[in-house]
Amino acid sequence: MDLLRDEFPSILEAFWVTLKLAVLGGFGALVLGTILAAFRVSPVPLLRVVGAVMVHGFRNIPLTLIMFFAFNGLSLRLGVDLAPDSINENIFRLAVLALVVYTASFVCEGMRAGINTVPSGQAEAARAIGLTFTQTLSQVIMPQALRASIAPIGSAMIAMTKNTTVAVSIGVFEASGRMRELVEINSDLVLEIFAIFAFGFMCLTIPMGLLTTWAANRWTVAR
Amino acid sequence: MSSVLYDVPGPRAKARNTVLTIISLIGLAAGLWYVYDALDQKNEWAGEKWKPFTTSDVWENFLIPGIEAQLKAFAFSSVLAIAFGLVFGVLRMSTNRWVRTAAGAVIEFFRAVPLLILMFFVYFGAQPLLGTTFDPLVAVVVGLTLYNGSVLAEVVRAGVNALPKGQSEAGLSIGMRPQQVMNFILLPQGLRAMLPAVIAQLVVVMKDSSLGYIIGYTELVRQVSYLSQYLLQASIVVALIFLVINLSLSGLAVWVEKRLRTKGHTSAVVTVAPNIGEQGGGGA
Amino acid sequence: MRIKQTLAAIAGTALALSLAACGDDEPAGGGGGDSITIGIKFDQPGLGFKEADGTFSGFDVDMARYIAEGLGYAEDKIEFKETVSANREVFLEQGQVDIVLATYSITDERKAKVDFAGPYYIAGQDLLVRADEDSITGPESLNGKTLCSVTGSTSAQRVKDEHADEVQLLEQDSYSRCVDALRAGQVDALTTDDIILAGFAEQNPGEFKVVGAPFSEENYGVGLPLGDDELRTEINDLIEAAFEDGAWEAAFNDNLGNSGYTLPSPPAVDRY
Repeated sequence: MDLLRDEFPSILEAFWVTLKLAVLGGFGALVLGTILAAFRVSPVPLLRVVGAVMVHGFRNIPLTLIMFFAFNGLSLRLGVDLAPDSINENIFRLAVLALVVYTASFVCEGMRAGINTVPSGQAEAARAIGLTFTQTLSQVIMPQALRASIAPIGSAMIAMTKNTTVAVSIGVFEASGRMRELVEINSDLVLEIFAIFAFGFMCLTIPMGLLTTWAANRWTVAR
Repeated sequence: MSSVLYDVPGPRAKARNTVLTIISLIGLAAGLWYVYDALDQKNEWAGEKWKPFTTSDVWENFLIPGIEAQLKAFAFSSVLAIAFGLVFGVLRMSTNRWVRTAAGAVIEFFRAVPLLILMFFVYFGAQPLLGTTFDPLVAVVVGLTLYNGSVLAEVVRAGVNALPKGQSEAGLSIGMRPQQVMNFILLPQGLRAMLPAVIAQLVVVMKDSSLGYIIGYTELVRQVSYLSQYLLQASIVVALIFLVINLSLSGLAVWVEKRLRTKGHTSAVVTVAPNIGEQGGGGA
Repeated sequence: MRIKQTLAAIAGTALALSLAACGDDEPAGGGGGDSITIGIKFDQPGLGFKEADGTFSGFDVDMARYIAEGLGYAEDKIEFKETVSANREVFLEQGQVDIVLATYSITDERKAKVDFAGPYYIAGQDLLVRADEDSITGPESLNGKTLCSVTGSTSAQRVKDEHADEVQLLEQDSYSRCVDALRAGQVDALTTDDIILAGFAEQNPGEFKVVGAPFSEENYGVGLPLGDDELRTEINDLIEAAFEDGAWEAAFNDNLGNSGYTLPSPPAVDRY
């Protein structure tokens, strides 16, 4: 395992980038996903349409293309520069943006699924006692819906953590890029390298999976 | 259900909705105009950059081979993934504890590792480990099969577990062995119910196959790089192509689900595309 | 039982089909004597490029056609196949291509696996910058600037290690993306062999220029399967003939004449 010893710092560094991508992407996706979900169930028809278009659009375009649009479209053509001093930082932020936008559509659908599990009687009762739309949503529906959405949203987060590897296609130096570099230099150690990186990702995804299952079970709404 | 969240809008609500609509419209229009203008300044709307896409040459030489490559990877991976999913799903439900745990470990492993890492391993590992080199297609198919097969294994398991217990109990009580119960009673019913989820997962296969571009597989996204003169235009056209293909596949899933719901004559509950988050699993 | 059998049958057929089809993807190399399969690049304008209408153009392509015709193959018996950098040796070893002209540098390492005829061109690593860029005159002036290169190429790392350790490196997966970034101002230079850079300068008239201070030497050769000495001698003869009868010069001028890059003198063929 000499390789591991020598390269450990650089491997850790790469995983740190992966972690940053995942955490920032996760927060962003949750925020944007909630907004999109709100759009999709709102009484304003235009917002419903916008929400639907965005969700269907981003879900069905591969993440590689979305990353491409983020860099070549937003940055190179529309001049959006998120970090004028450092191109690598700019690319990193663009990758986060792409991840956010892509994952948010799954988060939105997860939330909508959660909303749909709430029996309509709840909303009807809320209407009956005179609550407005925002009040119904925030005080009656969402608390129950969120608890049911934990599982699908958790899945989306895990998927996103794995999707951070796609950032390598616009040049972000994260874990999979490092792995390819190492394999190209030490091709005889490919099995060990794969094992190291697989293990690294498992350290991220398996706890997340366990956490999601525990949380979903703990907070499931008993009916 | 969501329409229960708000009453039929009264006059004040209508006014408020109109205001919101107008604000959103203005915002939307401003955003779109900004994008259009910025691109216009770089001459991206120029006719000569778009014209190639109306000629059959570009389609014949770049886009259609790209779509074909995409569909080829998709076809192989789908069949193999379904096979893998069935085999491992059944193994995971085996009465033998060792088999169960081993199958479970395999499934969890492939679900936990990112698809790109798998593909890198298969593609770059072929030479050192097996002494031969694989076409990127092989690496793409193997990676997709292992990952999506594992997800499908869980779908199979969920489908079978969702069947009423009475089915397996009845089978066992008339003297069938557990394996026969699985093959003759549970799987046939479960499979029908799982169909929408399986098709939804196939949409994932289709999207994920574009990851192959990173290892040099000449599928659709890679073709964009070839059209170096019209990168942005190519990517927009390719994005539209993906939208069409994937939306059709998803539409197929929904249609199948509807038909099964109305036609069902099994006791299986049709699974709604479950694990919505799963649809993004593992890759683009 | 029936289900298991049917499933096994399906799985087996699928496996067999896919393996068989995988086999078909790699047709037996040149198909014997009547046609020749030549490995080229598809994404290097001016050198080896697949045009929008499906035809191939470039300096390597023209040289390849010259050599193929010299070996006795008619124009319509020449088949071009893409050989990306990583699979040039492999394709020759497996017989998927008969010869390779794809900006293929002759190195001792590679000579262990394949043979080379030529060199037919001597290139050097250089920098591509925007046409109005005056501050970059060579790799040393890259400190504090951004440099783009393609994944898997050692060019950029070499610049950082040997010439300018404060340069910011960006890796993209294709040259065209680097060119895009250069045009938009996100990177300041692109590095690879100068003749490849000249191709991009030619493709985008007036936008870019090659700095013109090469800092390494790359000998481009024609890749052949190991051990085919007769073919190697024939091709070496043809290369020398091309130098003499103007075909080499014509190939260069046709493809890179407007790049602002001057034609060097022909190299000496190495018959080892």
